[in-house]
Amino acid sequence: MITRHRDILLFLGMALLLILVGVFQSWQLALTIFNLCVISAVMSIGVNVQWGVAGMFNVGTMGFAALGGLAVVLFSAPPVTEAWSLGGPGLLVAFVTALVTVIAYIFAKGYFNDAQYRWMILFGIVVVGFYITQRFFFPAVAAIEGFDAVKYGNIGGLGLPTPVAWFGGALLAGLVAWPVAKLTGSLRTDYLAVATFGISEIVVAVLKNEDWLARGVKNISGLPRPVPYEVDIRALEWIQNLATSMDMSARDMSSIVVKLCYAGLFLVVLALVYWLTETLQRAPWGRMMRAIRDNEDAAMAMGKDVEGRHRQAFVLGSAIVGIGGAMLVTLDGQFTPGSYQPLRFTFIIWIMVIVGGSGNYRGAILGAFVIWFAWIQAETGGAWVAGLLAENLTEGSAARDVIEESAAYLRYVVMGLILILVMRFAPHGLIPEKTHTRVGN
Amino acid sequence: MIGGYGGSPILNGCTISVDRGEIAVVVGPNGAGKSTAMKAIAGMLNLTSGNVVLAGKSITTLPTQMRVKAGMALVPQNDNIFPTMTVRENLDMGALLSRDTAAQTMKEVFDLFPILAEKRNQIAGQLSGGQRQQLAMGRALMTRPTALMLDEPTAGVSPNVMDEMFEKIRGVAELGLAVLIVEQNAASALEVADIGYVLVEGRNRFTGSGQDLLNDPETRRSFLGAHS
Amino acid sequence: MTDILNALVHLTNLMILPGLAYASQLALGAMGVTLIFSVLRFSNFAHAETMSLGTAFCIIVTLWFQQLGISFGFLPTALLALPFAIVLTAIFLILSDRMVYRHFRRRNAKPEIFMILSSGIMLIINGMTRLLVGPKGRIIDDGERFLVTAREFKEWSGLAEALVIKNTVVLTIIIAIFICSVLFWFLKNTETGKSMRAYSDNRDLALLSGVDPERIVFITWILVAVLATLGGVLFGLDKGYRPFVFQQLLLPVFAAAVVGGLGNQVGAIVGAVVIAFSEIGLTFAWKRFFSYLLPADLEPTSMMQILSTEYKFAVSFTILVLVLLFKPSGLMGGSQR
Repeated sequence: MITRHRDILLFLGMALLLILVGVFQSWQLALTIFNLCVISAVMSIGVNVQWGVAGMFNVGTMGFAALGGLAVVLFSAPPVTEAWSLGGPGLLVAFVTALVTVIAYIFAKGYFNDAQYRWMILFGIVVVGFYITQRFFFPAVAAIEGFDAVKYGNIGGLGLPTPVAWFGGALLAGLVAWPVAKLTGSLRTDYLAVATFGISEIVVAVLKNEDWLARGVKNISGLPRPVPYEVDIRALEWIQNLATSMDMSARDMSSIVVKLCYAGLFLVVLALVYWLTETLQRAPWGRMMRAIRDNEDAAMAMGKDVEGRHRQAFVLGSAIVGIGGAMLVTLDGQFTPGSYQPLRFTFIIWIMVIVGGSGNYRGAILGAFVIWFAWIQAETGGAWVAGLLAENLTEGSAARDVIEESAAYLRYVVMGLILILVMRFAPHGLIPEKTHTRVGN
Repeated sequence: MIGGYGGSPILNGCTISVDRGEIAVVVGPNGAGKSTAMKAIAGMLNLTSGNVVLAGKSITTLPTQMRVKAGMALVPQNDNIFPTMTVRENLDMGALLSRDTAAQTMKEVFDLFPILAEKRNQIAGQLSGGQRQQLAMGRALMTRPTALMLDEPTAGVSPNVMDEMFEKIRGVAELGLAVLIVEQNAASALEVADIGYVLVEGRNRFTGSGQDLLNDPETRRSFLGAHS
Repeated sequence: MTDILNALVHLTNLMILPGLAYASQLALGAMGVTLIFSVLRFSNFAHAETMSLGTAFCIIVTLWFQQLGISFGFLPTALLALPFAIVLTAIFLILSDRMVYRHFRRRNAKPEIFMILSSGIMLIINGMTRLLVGPKGRIIDDGERFLVTAREFKEWSGLAEALVIKNTVVLTIIIAIFICSVLFWFLKNTETGKSMRAYSDNRDLALLSGVDPERIVFITWILVAVLATLGGVLFGLDKGYRPFVFQQLLLPVFAAAVVGGLGNQVGAIVGAVVIAFSEIGLTFAWKRFFSYLLPADLEPTSMMQILSTEYKFAVSFTILVLVLLFKPSGLMGGSQR
């Protein structure tokens, strides 16, 4: 009973903090923070599926978030028809030949058992397949990138509505996660961590360099959004009335309304994801995952397909992270491969999961809110405090400069300290995982 | 001693002791807590209650490496050598605590286990099972212990090598050490034992001289016959 | 004949020497990672940042020395500052061990826990280095830049291609070889070194041989401080110091350690060489080299670059992933733990 109340109290406390931000700083800031918290919550749930439930140490969250963002481009951006006609066919052929090569490889690997020949055949398949694929791939890519490189230089997308793109984010992330899980499934923890870290870096490197895909570091902006534009609604009568009644400009009010629309959408997604994962948790699937996590050797001895289960958790968790990455790109309205840094997309999510309480989804959500709030406020709040302190020091003095510069970097120190302190003194996090023996209620 | 690995205790109040120059053997069914008792004496798991006394001094609160300094040595059943180091280096490790007498002790170890002298520059991981056991014992002896504990020294060893092993163990005891052995091959072990302890479910069940236990019908029936 | 010489000089100048220098820096980093893995039994995500921290300390001391007017002649002043930087880094590492890792070590925590903790330490060092040195970084390379300049070489050899020998490159290679030799000697011949090897081979048995685990841990962190600081400073002298550059070193360093076999010191060096030369070789424009060697009509027209330089970082990650997938114990075989 008390623990149930504790959870609610913690969430209420979080809400209170956000309201305070709205009152004392600005409502726009509060809503911005809120929206990013929700997105981070979705990503935390994804990580929690892998770590808290399945005990897998995936340090490649960044890559899957990036793939989610890519999906938004590929699914919802308008197609660049000219580029498609120039390079599309070649690209498709290359894709097909690559797929055929992979299938032939897998088939040959299983079919030929004689080690001597097998090596040669596999090598031959790879070489031939590679040669054919690249003969179609490179000219197609050159054609695409050559078309109006300043404005486009990429293939664009399918022009589908944004929520479809979010689902596409899950799909794309899951599709990539599956072979990754298959290949890394047998690796030990250390190696799994390093491998996933490396793979996520490769994914981001590819996104940064393959301009034909998503313009690489030239970035794509102006991505379609599922909510109205501020400029469009500013002139609406009810906006104007609301603005004057709240003593704000119409511009501010329209901005707030748009953010609220996003918030609504994001909350729906969060609720869906939460419902899905909680249901799985209570189902036999969840029980089995916990059993495997708690005693893998025993589970294997009982004949459970441990690797298969791990794979499922990996794919599911990555797909959820993909949704989060997709939502983020839609919110930003632009896809910036260069912004995918391990610190921001991998380690911070980990801190959220651990601080919130790994092993349960409510904890993941709360952790996301708390840590993201701390991260943002460490910057704005820190700058504000620094500003207050610096007011007392003369302009341009060395100390003032140091304080102003330091605020940004102290964030990292604070985050690291939070992580270590929580692991040391409160390893179960804010919302500990309840052991599923029901006592009383 | 009372203790275990956390959860329910494995040792439920058993007592084992051995004097210098004697061989004590601990036997019992699987899960009786034989290896656990040995690990507890070595300090590799915590006792809920009880104490460990060596040559009159209590070593209960000391960590493992300090107990070794005090004169206790353990040869674990598995993982009992340093696989990437040579035979010579393995023995050197044992000599860490008694550097000045190292050369002399090594000579004694080589006398006791001539095969080790032969293969002294070989990587320990490449030795056969029986040779490893000898090396493991040699390493323990290099620490010049007053009490030597052996956890199933004949596990996975062929029968004739087993006899040889017990011969060597007797030789070690004759050097003046107190030797404590945990064994599955109860019958053979009790033959060389001065004292035998039968442990069942973490408690002393029978205690007596090796010969007495061998001849006692109850011990024979209850588990000496259970082993093939 | 001159063509062959030109080709060789070109290759040495732009690939072999830089490759050796980079390999030396990676080797120093990888040996630290592998040492932590074999003794402390976890992958230290904070290692690249540790190298950065050591370099940051070195920069501060160097700047202080430069202000005091101390210099080292034709060698960089940073070399004088090195011992101080090593001491400061060692203090930090030992403190972080006492306050963070030791608690969990005593409870036999799982390796994932240590990795998460090390990422926390990574974040802390991240902030610390920027606070110490500022985000923009510094260049502390003073003293003579070049041992042999392009002009000097061309005059001496009469070749079209010049072999430029930078001070820092020579320093890096010499210091790396020296430190590696010392480390290997230490591990093989000294009692502490043997105890460390024993401890990483079989922890329980080491305890049963009277080895004091806390002392081993202490010595390990000191060695790590030496390796990381040296590697970082040499890298910083070579390429200039900017904090984020070290973040990008994390994967190549880990790649080198894993490729060689985590836990295997020789493997760390082998892995470093593989990674360094792969990165440079796969993004190298081979055109000029081949044009010297091939007759005129066979000369290549394209730049003959296998991968664009933007993919340089991806090379080490890809090699790492490939090794993990096909031979996780590495080329030389790592410790199994």
